[in-house]
Amino acid sequence: MNQRVTDYLLYLDGVSVAFDGFKAINSLALTIMPGEMRAIIGPNGAGKTTMMDIITGKTKPDDGDVIFNGSVDLTQLDEADIANLGIGRKFQKPTVFEMHTVEDNIRLALKADRRVFTTLFWKDSAGEREKVNRILATIRLEHLREANAANLSHGQKQWLEIGMLLAQDPKLLLVDEPVAGMTDAETEATAHLLKEIARDHSVLVVEHDMAFVRELGVKVTVLHEGAVLAEGPLDVVSANSRVIEVYLGR
Amino acid sequence: MISQAILARLDGRGRIFLGVILAALVAVPVLNMLVPVGSPFHVPTWLVSLMGKYLCFAILALALDLVWGYCGILSLGHGAFFALGGYAIGMYLMRQIGPRGVYGNPILPDFMVFLNYKELPWFWYGFDFFPFAALMVFLAPGILAFVFGWFAFRSRVTGVYLSIITQALTYALMLAFFRNDMGFGGNNGLTDFKDILGFSVQAPGTRLALFVATLLALAASYLFARAVVTSKAGKVLVAVRDAESRTRFLGFRVERYKLFVFVASAMMAGLAGALYVPQVGIINPSEFQPGNSIEVVIWVAVGGRGTLVGAAIGAILVNLAKTTFTTGALAPYWLFALGALFVLTTLLMPKGVIGTYAAWREKRREKLALAANAAATPAE
Ligand SMILES: Nc1ncnc2c1ncn2[C@@H]1O[C@H](COP(=O)(O)OP(=O)(O)O)[C@@H](O)[C@H]1O
Ligand SMILES: [Mg+2]
Repeated sequence: MNQRVTDYLLYLDGVSVAFDGFKAINSLALTIMPGEMRAIIGPNGAGKTTMMDIITGKTKPDDGDVIFNGSVDLTQLDEADIANLGIGRKFQKPTVFEMHTVEDNIRLALKADRRVFTTLFWKDSAGEREKVNRILATIRLEHLREANAANLSHGQKQWLEIGMLLAQDPKLLLVDEPVAGMTDAETEATAHLLKEIARDHSVLVVEHDMAFVRELGVKVTVLHEGAVLAEGPLDVVSANSRVIEVYLGR
Repeated sequence: MISQAILARLDGRGRIFLGVILAALVAVPVLNMLVPVGSPFHVPTWLVSLMGKYLCFAILALALDLVWGYCGILSLGHGAFFALGGYAIGMYLMRQIGPRGVYGNPILPDFMVFLNYKELPWFWYGFDFFPFAALMVFLAPGILAFVFGWFAFRSRVTGVYLSIITQALTYALMLAFFRNDMGFGGNNGLTDFKDILGFSVQAPGTRLALFVATLLALAASYLFARAVVTSKAGKVLVAVRDAESRTRFLGFRVERYKLFVFVASAMMAGLAGALYVPQVGIINPSEFQPGNSIEVVIWVAVGGRGTLVGAAIGAILVNLAKTTFTTGALAPYWLFALGALFVLTTLLMPKGVIGTYAAWREKRREKLALAANAAATPAE
């Protein structure tokens, strides 16, 4: 069972899921290499978020293989197991712990023993403070560390959630529409940040914003009606007639 | 050193709360025992016991606030854990009666003789031994909460569905305890207690000691709850309350956190019940009434959910009102008053007495700071 069946970090094949008969994901195949950053684009309702739900254990597929790290069958695990394997997720609608401070949000996410009795007797350490400081500096929220997350702007919440992902230090990051609702300057800064992160993590990022995807400069997968429509460099896929039809010719 | 660690976990509100408990710990015994009966400062024993009863409710409210205020589990069945703790100590008190019962049976409590029991049921074994009974005060509610929580939290029952099944739990227990063949005294419950630890339960000294024990238990419960909510685990609980699925995606096993806090809270409720029963002199199945558990929610809401101190204050205030109301001509209208109180606090003071007070103080401080600023900067 622990035998490596693929070299891919993430391997999806023949994955399907239907909601009340409507096939949101239809025989989807997708592979990510270790260390790779991949952009996923596709019109609204293409199934991008549902795909992330399947990878992170929120939704069980009706059919197909979802293999992580060459051998782990993700369809058999729940959200907490999958998170602890090293898959972190940023949601489309930013979800942070609103009643906690920015700093506490990061601290909760920080990679550590998650068992009840360890957290009950948890002691702050210099090493942990140092890590928190570094992350706060990376996401540029140092000045707001004591602020309740509820008081952050939309863009700041997006960044805090990216910071929480960093704190988890996962092998694979799933990032759902990170620049929705951001100004141009914020979008550019976010692209920088993600490229920075991609240096030592594998990243799967879903985004609509073409300028942002171009800025990332990575291989693009186009999703449509729950399946892969095209894959390749952005210039190539955006010249694909089927892609143009789906995006523009409705 | 330990006391320093404890103080570091307290906020200003908590220090005041513990200060008041400490003051009562000194003042009430003095006013009850040393001040002569005729003096206006004398605190009569009936009042000591009445206050003791309120303090038990305060512990129960604290227990509910821990699960509801900090983890979002709206339990409408905490009265059941309270009652189980009460029954555990009640069984000990029954065994202490010995041959002094109406039927004079040295082993069997009166109700068993009356119901033609030939021997003591196995689940009464050990209850003549105080340490065993004291252990059961925590274990009986703890195990029930564990089994219930294990299934409920694993299958991710939340919100109103969870509340409804906790109501069903206490209701089912009430029906079970009403039955004579359950072996817990049926309808009449357990009563006519004589001694606790060799002291007469009626004696003023014992009543005072029970009051003091309850005060200490309240302080200990508060410190425990405070230690939990200020720990990293406490932050996880709040995270679960506000964004349960997000917490899962961070890798926390939400069901285990819920189970921990639910069991701890049930044990705290059991302790409250165990202190309550010797002070009121009876435990019967009506303690399992679904309405009792709902009242606890009202105490916490009135005092201020998620504040601990507020929950305790709410329990005392509402019960003070209840005593005043139900001993006068207005008695028949108590339930309406209670309902109105709940609706009004929910609408007008959603953060309860404590939250509203804190907000008022905050506003006043801002106003003062503003005024000070205006005075400091010369007019242009
Ligand atoms: N839990 C669900 N129940 C029913 N339909 C769903 C559910 N989740 C997603 N869908 C449907 O599946 C389709 C894909 O949705 P989604 O993955 O959110 O698309 P995208 O993120 O690409 O915009 C949509 O038509 C959506 O309405
Ligand atoms: Mg989406």
